[in-house]
Amino acid sequence: MEKTNVSTILRKYTMIIALVLVVIFFSITTQGKILFPQNINNLISQNAYVFVLATGMLLCILTGGNIDLSVGSVVCFAGAIGAVMMDKGVNMWAAVLTMLIIGLLVGVWQGFWIAYVKVPPFIATLAGMYAFRGLSNVVLQGLTVSIKSEAFIRVFGGGADCYVPDLFGGENFNMTCMIAGCIAVVILVAMQLKSRINNKSRGYETAPLGSTLVKLAVIGAVILWVSYKLSSYKGIPTALIWILLVLLIYGYTTTKTRMGRYLYAVGGNEKATRLSGINTKRVYFFAYVNMGILAALAGILTIARLTSSQPTYGQGYEMDAIGACFIGGASAYGGVGTVPGVVIGAVLMGVINQGMSIMGIDANYQKVVKGLVLLAAVTFDVLSKREKK
Amino acid sequence: MAKVLLEMKNITKTFPGVKALDNVNLKVEEGEIHALVGENGAGKSTLMNVLSGIYPYGTYEGDIVYNGEVCKFSTIKDSEEKGIVIIHQELALVPYMSIGENMFLGNERGKSGAIDWNETYGEADKYLKMVGLSESSRVLVKDIGTGKQQLVEIAKALAKHAKLLILDEPTSSLNETDSKALLDLLLKFKKEGMTSIIISHKLNEVAYVADKITVIRDGATIETLDKHTTEISEDRIIQGMVGRELTDRFPKRHGVKIGDVNMEVKNWTVHHPLYPERKVCDDVSIKVRKGEVVGISGLMGAGRTELAMSIFGQSYGTNISGQLYLAGKEVHLKTVRQAIKNKLAYVTEDRKGNGLVLSNPIKVNTTLANLDSISPHMIIDKDKEYQVAEEYRGKLKTKCPTVEQNVGNLSGGNQQKVLLAKWMFADPDVLILDEPTRGIDVGAKYEIYCIINDLVAAGKSVIMISSELPEVLGMSDRIYIMNEGKIAGELSAEEATQEKIMSIIVTSGKGA
Repeated sequence: MEKTNVSTILRKYTMIIALVLVVIFFSITTQGKILFPQNINNLISQNAYVFVLATGMLLCILTGGNIDLSVGSVVCFAGAIGAVMMDKGVNMWAAVLTMLIIGLLVGVWQGFWIAYVKVPPFIATLAGMYAFRGLSNVVLQGLTVSIKSEAFIRVFGGGADCYVPDLFGGENFNMTCMIAGCIAVVILVAMQLKSRINNKSRGYETAPLGSTLVKLAVIGAVILWVSYKLSSYKGIPTALIWILLVLLIYGYTTTKTRMGRYLYAVGGNEKATRLSGINTKRVYFFAYVNMGILAALAGILTIARLTSSQPTYGQGYEMDAIGACFIGGASAYGGVGTVPGVVIGAVLMGVINQGMSIMGIDANYQKVVKGLVLLAAVTFDVLSKREKK
Repeated sequence: MAKVLLEMKNITKTFPGVKALDNVNLKVEEGEIHALVGENGAGKSTLMNVLSGIYPYGTYEGDIVYNGEVCKFSTIKDSEEKGIVIIHQELALVPYMSIGENMFLGNERGKSGAIDWNETYGEADKYLKMVGLSESSRVLVKDIGTGKQQLVEIAKALAKHAKLLILDEPTSSLNETDSKALLDLLLKFKKEGMTSIIISHKLNEVAYVADKITVIRDGATIETLDKHTTEISEDRIIQGMVGRELTDRFPKRHGVKIGDVNMEVKNWTVHHPLYPERKVCDDVSIKVRKGEVVGISGLMGAGRTELAMSIFGQSYGTNISGQLYLAGKEVHLKTVRQAIKNKLAYVTEDRKGNGLVLSNPIKVNTTLANLDSISPHMIIDKDKEYQVAEEYRGKLKTKCPTVEQNVGNLSGGNQQKVLLAKWMFADPDVLILDEPTRGIDVGAKYEIYCIINDLVAAGKSVIMISSELPEVLGMSDRIYIMNEGKIAGELSAEEATQEKIMSIIVTSGKGA
């Protein structure tokens, strides 16, 4: 009995355990540098686009393992349009809105072909990958357009001065950030307890108290620890706000709303879903429109962080997003995957990237390692499922 | 006494946490047809997987003695070399390859890697003749019907020089005529000295074809019945399978009042979606009253499923014409959603393919067709969802640890109950049940019948499409017989017999 328990826990939390091991490994090899406040901060800012794109990608993958190859190009395209607009003196909010609308239209375009004409998503988005890369070049005329709007950079960026201002004006320690972290933990605990009490009072099954407490304690500790680290640096990077916003919205959408349910159902069994009176075409369409908007948001974050737009931006972003989803436990056949899983996947990839960079490993070898990690993660997933049968 | 060809001694096979087989013994004599029966999950397929090397030597305990020697198979190839060939329930043919290519897949004819196509097709044709197929072996598998595909599987087994043929539910997807032909083929092979083991749920077939019947229950051999020494009746077999006598396989309905016409279909014609000139349903008119169970009988491919699905929001077919009346009013249902809104439900025959999302929990499947009712403002009320799922689990006596369990982990009978729960929760007035008891065991069947009775007692109407004649006869108030897209006849429960139904099918086929 004891043994099966251990193995089920191992299986359930594989990627978390892997993440912990990877962090320990890099802490040793970098003499703890990876845990420096600045590096924690960079991990978040540098990977902002991965979180955003991977969340959108998750919805596509849920519908049946369908991926969107075009997101890297869309990131670049939306960013290019925004950069050019701001360069011409357009108000930054107008530019932001335009970029999001561009993302929406790109999503509508691809969603139309995929959902209504039934072009395989791989092909439709491969076409998009070429087309939007080309259009980005056209928009930028092959040049780099730098962004001068300080406000834009500050609101969306993850660069030098892009932090939520400290209300307390602390010198070396950002109290606002720490307090925000504490509040987050309190809300988390309160919500968990509330739902637990609710479930108990209605006589539903509840997870054992011990495991809930352990889970809460671990998550709370991580939040507090990250807040502490960020506080010791410059506080909350603005990019983090956007990441959290996206994660919360989509975490909620996938678990609590009708559309979320449809995404899982379509990926699990499309025919059964259609025969349950659900418009499956609309579900595919939604996934890709949504991906377009999130790709545009990732574009905004990217140009703000890099304070410019170039025709080469966003190359390979699609692979980072897809990788994060699969490492985070999404099924390549659809119907399985969660937003928290994607977060773990994205963090794991980010830590590996950063750890190797700090160690000074050649960028080409970094790619090799990343590829192997992806392969290992999915292999483990496949093997652990086979065992169950 | 004939020579014992195969003896499986004290086979025990454990999966993590479950003992699937517990000291099973099986003795098969040369030249006999030996049937293996038991409820779903009793361990029949596991036993055959042990025999054929799918579960290699060492993963089970006990001995397999074949032809006088102890065998230690580690792959399917090993067992096939000895002439033990298994044909699985799900056909293992590649649709876009020809019959000949399929037959020699993995066993190609020719030398040093190059395939000799003349030899391949020549040999294939030879074996096809042996199983009574007149098709050329160059025809693609997708272009022949399921019945013929099953025969191709058998021809494939013969091509491997099978001495012991194992058939796992060979007739589960065949109609009565094709089933009969297949069973007669087995009897013919028997005369030629072939030994067969047949696994089947269809007890009438088992009684027809088998010399001996071994009953397996809960992973253990219960008894072996010998046709030549004991009288074998279906009831006798069932008694062994369930361990008790099922005095009545179909629960009686008491005092259910049959009311007004609830649904009526008039002059319903449906064309094939790919070949629009072909009529799948031709001028069909049927009706069902409140509190009534109407059976639709007919052969596979008679157009029954197509009729049901075309009524259900045009989910099948093109150029659909005809009138549909629900509760006296004419309705035009263009989508499944409209059909559900108009209180119609169609419970598919293919629960895994078209019915359930196996990777999702019971509660999600239960509410999927009526999610709106528990999700005001697009947000799902999880409390309500849980309550609903629990309510139906209790009502239908679904066996599961919790409603959080994934449907894929349930047995066939319990999956069927979840599927029924899903459509009952959609609150229909008319339920069309397509093969509601296919592939589930006797005990679960009985429970499904009870649910059907409860539904009509509550004033609902049930249309039951079924290929099993005893079931149609036992459950229906009225029976339509469909053949080649047309309603070939209608019988009341009192006048209907198996013979009458079959004769209607046969004569209507000749008339056309």
